Amino acid sequence: MNDQTPPTREMREAKLEGMGCKRKRVEDVRFTQGKGNYVDDMKLPGMLFGDLVRSPYGHARVKSIDTSKAMKVPGVLAVLTAKELAGVNLAWMPTLAGDVQMVLADGKVLFQGQEVAFVVATDRYAAADGVEAVEVEYEELPVCVDPFKSMLPNAPELREDLKGKMTGAHGPRKHHNHIFEWTVGDKTATDTAFNTAEVSIKELISYQRVHPSPLETCQCLASFDKVRGELTVYGTFQAPHVIRTVASLISTIPEHKIHVIAPDIGGGFGNKVGAYPGYICAIVASIVTGKPVKWVEDRMENLSSTSFARDYHMTCEIAATKAGKITGLRVHVLADHGAFDACADPSKWPAGFFNIVTGSYDIPTAHISVDGVYTNKAPGGVAYRCSFRVTEAAYCIERGMDILAQKLGMDPAELRLKNFIKREQFPYHSALGWEYDSGDYHTAMNKAMDAIGYKQLRAEQLAKREAFKRGETRDLMGIGVCFFTEIVGAGPSKNCDILGLAMFDSCEIRIHPTGSGIVRVGSKSQGQGHETTWAQIVATEIGIPADNLTVEEGNTDTAPYGLGTYGSRSTPVAGAAIAMAARKIKAKAQMIAAHMLEVHEGDLEWDIDGFRVKGLPEKSKSMKELVWAAYNKPPPGMEPGMEAVSYYDPPNMTYPFGAYFCVMDIDVDTGEYKVRKFYALDDCGTRINPMIIEGQVHGGLTEAFAIAMGQELKYDDRGNLHGGSFMDFFLPTAVETPHWTTDHTVTPSPHHPIGAKGVGESPNVGGVPAFSNAVNDAFNFMGGTHIQMPHDHWRNWEAAHSRGMHG
Amino acid sequence: MIPASFDYHRPKSTPEALAILGQYGDDARVVAGGHSLIPMMKLRMAQPSHLVDLRSIPELKGIRIDGTTIVIGAMTTQAELLGSAQLTAAVPILHEAALQIADPQVRYMGTLGGNVANGDPGNDMPAVMQCLDASYRVTGKTGSRSIKARAFYKSAYVTALNSGEIVTAIEIPVPPGKHGYSYDKLKRKIGDYATAAAAVMMTVSGGKVQTCAIALTNLGPTPIYCAQASAAIVGSGLDTAAITAAAGAAGALMAPSPDGRGTVQFRTSVGGVMIGRALQRAYQRATA
Ligand SMILES: Cc1cc2nc3c(=O)[nH]c(=O)nc-3n(C[C@H](O)[C@H](O)[C@H](O)COP(=O)(O)OP(=O)(O)OC[C@H]3O[C@@H](n4cnc5c(N)ncnc54)[C@H](O)[C@@H]3O)c2cc1C
Repeated sequence: MNDQTPPTREMREAKLEGMGCKRKRVEDVRFTQGKGNYVDDMKLPGMLFGDLVRSPYGHARVKSIDTSKAMKVPGVLAVLTAKELAGVNLAWMPTLAGDVQMVLADGKVLFQGQEVAFVVATDRYAAADGVEAVEVEYEELPVCVDPFKSMLPNAPELREDLKGKMTGAHGPRKHHNHIFEWTVGDKTATDTAFNTAEVSIKELISYQRVHPSPLETCQCLASFDKVRGELTVYGTFQAPHVIRTVASLISTIPEHKIHVIAPDIGGGFGNKVGAYPGYICAIVASIVTGKPVKWVEDRMENLSSTSFARDYHMTCEIAATKAGKITGLRVHVLADHGAFDACADPSKWPAGFFNIVTGSYDIPTAHISVDGVYTNKAPGGVAYRCSFRVTEAAYCIERGMDILAQKLGMDPAELRLKNFIKREQFPYHSALGWEYDSGDYHTAMNKAMDAIGYKQLRAEQLAKREAFKRGETRDLMGIGVCFFTEIVGAGPSKNCDILGLAMFDSCEIRIHPTGSGIVRVGSKSQGQGHETTWAQIVATEIGIPADNLTVEEGNTDTAPYGLGTYGSRSTPVAGAAIAMAARKIKAKAQMIAAHMLEVHEGDLEWDIDGFRVKGLPEKSKSMKELVWAAYNKPPPGMEPGMEAVSYYDPPNMTYPFGAYFCVMDIDVDTGEYKVRKFYALDDCGTRINPMIIEGQVHGGLTEAFAIAMGQELKYDDRGNLHGGSFMDFFLPTAVETPHWTTDHTVTPSPHHPIGAKGVGESPNVGGVPAFSNAVNDAFNFMGGTHIQMPHDHWRNWEAAHSRGMHG
Repeated sequence: MIPASFDYHRPKSTPEALAILGQYGDDARVVAGGHSLIPMMKLRMAQPSHLVDLRSIPELKGIRIDGTTIVIGAMTTQAELLGSAQLTAAVPILHEAALQIADPQVRYMGTLGGNVANGDPGNDMPAVMQCLDASYRVTGKTGSRSIKARAFYKSAYVTALNSGEIVTAIEIPVPPGKHGYSYDKLKRKIGDYATAAAAVMMTVSGGKVQTCAIALTNLGPTPIYCAQASAAIVGSGLDTAAITAAAGAAGALMAPSPDGRGTVQFRTSVGGVMIGRALQRAYQRATA
């Protein structure tokens, strides 16, 4: 062999590190060396710091705010209150859900931790001292934290600003604390199904209030240039372009004079989608002082104020035949939105995509209704590592299936197999209005059951139960089954927008003369590894090695307009835009190749990293040569250069699915549990980078474990938040976290350019029901139908205690 | 999460530390590892104007066995406890308990003196010290005295320590060569304080329990030394009836506050379970 030996096809393919390759994450080179660049790493000349005074009360009138002592604290330069903000028309701000929210307390406070005043100082220590020195006089008001009591006739009126307004952004309001009612499905047909049902179940299934815990909390650095009239905001934004548009709409600054830059982000999980009072305050403070102002929330502020998740109380009813065929589904949800409806959903979807609640099953008729209510709790309602309300829906149906199986005396896996949508039914139209793109549920379920040895586990469980009854053991064994279908990739402009912006995404590719290039995308990685995977898509599409491609996101001046990263939408939407932009590059390259090889375009075929003449493989041009030609000597009549832009409006959502199994042992005397085995089979269609998928699944399962087994933001009757620090809010360490076994099947999406579906959130969506079903499965032979989450030691002990297991 | 401002002192000797404490009175607070105090200061639940750091005082460090007494300097860290083979051999329960405190990062900083002086019912060492019948050597302006661990804790964060006094050492009677021990702690996760925990020391002869001491962590505003429960065990062969009697007697002393870990009923119940487990393990070890 000598240097002239042409590389084999395998070598050329491997060099690309394209789709399917376990390419190492390129961003980790800087992250693992502490060289990431996060908002709090940024320093601008003359930078000031802002810190928030927060309400100690759940509901109170603000009688007065005295800032005089705070202004005397050395280093404090300004204190903003609602009064100052009202001067620039920013005491209130619009929310993503069509409501309005106080930026700083305007007359009253509605939840503990609410933003009351913003202290600006020369450093963060002085700002913290200034916060202590602000004197606020409150008059306590009656508190309502229980959504079930929020619509009682005598419930305190929380939102006085809405007094008399009996219509909200999503239709009529039934009560002064009611936000909306949202219904989907055929009520009459569903009622009939229940009236004639042979068997039915009804259960209140609550999904407690929790909160994402990104390593980095929410923060921003705002810098207003008075001379140029331009505003630059660096922030932890999952959707920087949306922030720019919102900032322009609510200020008087034109959009081209606003520069929103999201640098490296240390995790988001939905927490960084919304616009928070701290951002507005920092911006106004920068305008007022003429200096850059940084605002960084601490961990307790993060847990207590910037966007919780869930707090969904779902009454689930399933009708079925005695043989276990489901004939109808009815769900009512009481949705606790806190003090303001700041839910991060596409604008027309007040309950997100909760109508995916029919799950993986062929359910002929269904009806759902969701009532959103105000309470004295923090606002939000973000999709914590799930598409909009999809994890709530998956939890509801997957618990419901187990409860039905129990009533029928049927194995829960068997009940699922019996009701799955069959492969030949796709594309499948669900009773609640979705078109499922593709699926092969039976294959996935059977593979999973074989892999974990489902039959043997059930036999072992039976023996264990007998041993328990004989008093030989104090351990219970639970087997959790979950088969979820997600709906991700929001979304088609026909049904998804945010404040009127269609939920497309975008990509711009520039290939440089020497065959490397830059890929700019409208999504924004928060740790998902976009810099790695986006380059892999382009590499496979146009034959340029991934290592020769820079991926850039987050700068609204340079990235094409995109709707950001959340709801597992990046691969389904931005990933498609990337492939489409790459195909435009490839099409141009093909024209150049035809010209250079003097053949018709149709006589060319693509071959890994270039074009060759069909039947004459030695006549070929590599992409590198074609790119050079585009700059050096383009064919007559063709514009030089090698650039493409694509804006992708997806024709449909994508529907990833998976089969998860959890085997758990629970000590009835202490409530301690041990996850013996967790098996997760995911089908996310085409797999771009199997290693990144595995990492996403590990992370999502760990969050699911945390949610199901311990996380809870609990308020007492006086509106005090308990569990708002990591002392109590369950963040498992490596010691508690179970071992994860991952597996997959591949059912590509038929409408997506590369067949990929999105996976980041699947493990959270499917993981929670798998854990919860395992706990319920452990106990249900002793009676009872449902144990509410979180399944911590105390509640497991309670479950045992209420079933008479403590003698 | 930023403390109020304070002045920082780093004395080189105990008298120097006492002088600073005397000068500033209740405005001063000693800091050892800082892993209980600094979080309180960040929450501004503690706002001392003067912090007196004890880390540069050599006489507060070290572990030595003095005849029938083990003397551990107050500034000895949990990690140093774990690292001492001599101590582990003589009082293995200290090793077992220290390993259940938080995580390595906290144990590198947190000291034994800080842990016992803090007065937080969640701290693990106070119950262990009561179980071992340890005493705290305390020095103040007027001289030095020794306070029994069993008499030290008055209520949450209130101890027998007077203002201006420093714990200089912890003195533990050397346990008999052959003894059983156990520290059983139920917690939600690594780094969490106990939902309930029980410390047991025991000697056994001819299958019968000769001596027994039981103490509990985080089941009331102070650690709980359970004299009656211990007495219920002595003389028994650790049968179920004896364990039930001990758990019952101890249960009567428990007064946990309901919190994120669970209700009073739950915590009391698992307190009993921890006692049972600790007794059984101690018995096994004593008879192994
Ligand atoms: C995440 C985390 C988890 C933890 N988990 C546990 C746990 O599971 N179990 C447990 O027991 N502890 C736990 N701790 C607390 C830890 O062990 C502390 O280090 C210990 O409680 C206090 O020791 P310190 O040396 O840090 O004392 P400091 O924090 O410096 O002081 C604590 C208090 O004692 C006083 N003090 C300190 N030394 C003396 C002295 N020599 N004389 C008089 N007064 C003194 C101080 O003035 C202060 O009031 C945890 C801490 C953290 C941060």
